[in-house]
Amino acid sequence: MSDLVPLLVAVPILAAVLTLGVGHLVRRAAWPLAALAAVVQVGLAASVAATVYASGEAISYELGGFEPPYGIELVVDGLSAAVVVLVAVVALGVLVYARRAGPRSPAFLTEYLLLVAGLSGMSVTGDMFNLYVFLEITGLAAYALVATGDSGRAAVGALKYLVIGTVGASLFLLGVGYAFLATGTLNMADLSVRLAEVGYDATLVRASFALVVVGLAVKTALYPLHTWQPEAYASAPDSVSAFIAALVSTVSAYALARCVFSIYTVDFLAQVPLARTGLLTLAGVSIVAGSVLAVLQTEIKRMLAYSSVSQFGLVVAGFTLADPASVTGATIHLLGHAVMKGGLFLAAGAIAVIAGARTVDEYDGLGARAPVLSGSFAVLALAMVGVPPAVGFVGKWYIALGAVQSEAWPIAVVILVSTLLTLAYFARLLERMFFRAAPATERVTAPGAAVADGGYTRPDSVSPGMVAVVVLAAALALVLGPATSQFEQLLRPTLETLLQL
Amino acid sequence: MTELLDLLLTRYNYVAAVLLLGIGVYMIIESTNLVKKVVGLNVFQTGIFLFFITSAYREGGGPPVLTNPGPYVSPLPHVLILTAIVVGVSLVAVALALIVRIYSEYGTLDEDVLREVQTGE
Repeated sequence: MSDLVPLLVAVPILAAVLTLGVGHLVRRAAWPLAALAAVVQVGLAASVAATVYASGEAISYELGGFEPPYGIELVVDGLSAAVVVLVAVVALGVLVYARRAGPRSPAFLTEYLLLVAGLSGMSVTGDMFNLYVFLEITGLAAYALVATGDSGRAAVGALKYLVIGTVGASLFLLGVGYAFLATGTLNMADLSVRLAEVGYDATLVRASFALVVVGLAVKTALYPLHTWQPEAYASAPDSVSAFIAALVSTVSAYALARCVFSIYTVDFLAQVPLARTGLLTLAGVSIVAGSVLAVLQTEIKRMLAYSSVSQFGLVVAGFTLADPASVTGATIHLLGHAVMKGGLFLAAGAIAVIAGARTVDEYDGLGARAPVLSGSFAVLALAMVGVPPAVGFVGKWYIALGAVQSEAWPIAVVILVSTLLTLAYFARLLERMFFRAAPATERVTAPGAAVADGGYTRPDSVSPGMVAVVVLAAALALVLGPATSQFEQLLRPTLETLLQL
Repeated sequence: MTELLDLLLTRYNYVAAVLLLGIGVYMIIESTNLVKKVVGLNVFQTGIFLFFITSAYREGGGPPVLTNPGPYVSPLPHVLILTAIVVGVSLVAVALALIVRIYSEYGTLDEDVLREVQTGE
């Protein structure tokens, strides 16, 4: 079964090349090819995850037949299996949405599949330098995707993303270098043993932890390292911002958790209180600042972007507390947030196509004009706030529970405050959508007005596929909540290893 | 004081790496010209490359080739940095492509002017 693991990375890359080549000859064939690859990816991810959860043990694969401490190793445990499945499913969903919503050029689909490959690679790798390479593949694909937007604004947003993202990845690389200097190994499992031998109070080890964490925090977009995110999300095409918002930060947060638990281990957090306090402070500030900034926004996509800053603060706080309940919560929230935020971006994009509404004011009376999409948006928004039984509630509940159990009162308070703020920025939208009349004068939108390099034209209508994906996301947000108790059982063996219970 | 000086003189390769890192970050933050920013990014990355390469050094170490009998320098960082250089080159390529796009759209490469044009829209 472990032979399937490298295919998780290889299939999207091969499909990307094939899509570009075939799409060059027969343009119409590009999308079906990409969709086929996405379906295969879902199948691969599901079967790998099924194996991992059935045995309760991590599966490992030696790349090129070199033994793990020297060669590169791919490892899938319960946590990474969940992330891999998430990546595959969201990629397929957004691809269906992008068929009408665009961009549709073969080049776009190629970048899209490369991003899937990068994200899957980040999830399954067991080697620090390999993680850096996948981080950069993910980054490069994401920068290019953001730039497929229909104006120069997208290019400016993408360049800003590129500069900050590269600095983040470089800091991560520097941290890897420090860890390598201290131990002489790059394999994660080997590193965790050798770092403990070197001693957690060694300056090299502490410096490497700080650099790795800050580098990944940039990629996760924690406040105040989030500055690339709002502009990148707001200027990218809707399908791209949904995909990136759902996955790129998510997988970076997963990588952060992976580094903290699998490499530096919970002992490091226990022995170096400064690291724990520092990360918790970063997360706490991120939770509040993200929510406050989201309340201040008038543009919907910017608001959703700042909301992500806050939610990822929550996830990182959950991981840092390293309490079984909070780590379960952080994992659930990581997965749930991807579904909810991706769904919200997709819904916002579809609403923009129907009603031309892109700012808070323009959402007046949308409930009557686009009932299905508005309804789904409302469900996703309430799930995000944390109304039971949605998945957003379960994740937050467990994180809060973990904060109380480990007596991190400031975090518990911050979670409550941020929930209220989340309610504040979503409630005003819901009030406008369902309890206000539509403006008397219809806004005139100019469909298909702008054409950019990626062959990107704004769609003039919403396809059934687009609506179906949004509704499906809303349904998932509701269904996944009650289903988390089963997931928790599946995750238990992994958590016991990670947290050394 | 002499200890510090001694440390700096014997570890001059690390000092050079840190200097490059500093210059790179300064260029990224301080220059308003987008091309200079990208060059700064490149300098920053070069600092990291140098750091890795210098970590491979070993007193009296020769090239890591099988026919070489003596002590070797560590081959791993060199291989890693080859990969990192490739990544760096692709990053610069993407960045320059974006800059071309920005220039054709706005007719400027100055960050401040760009911000004014964008908010004025």
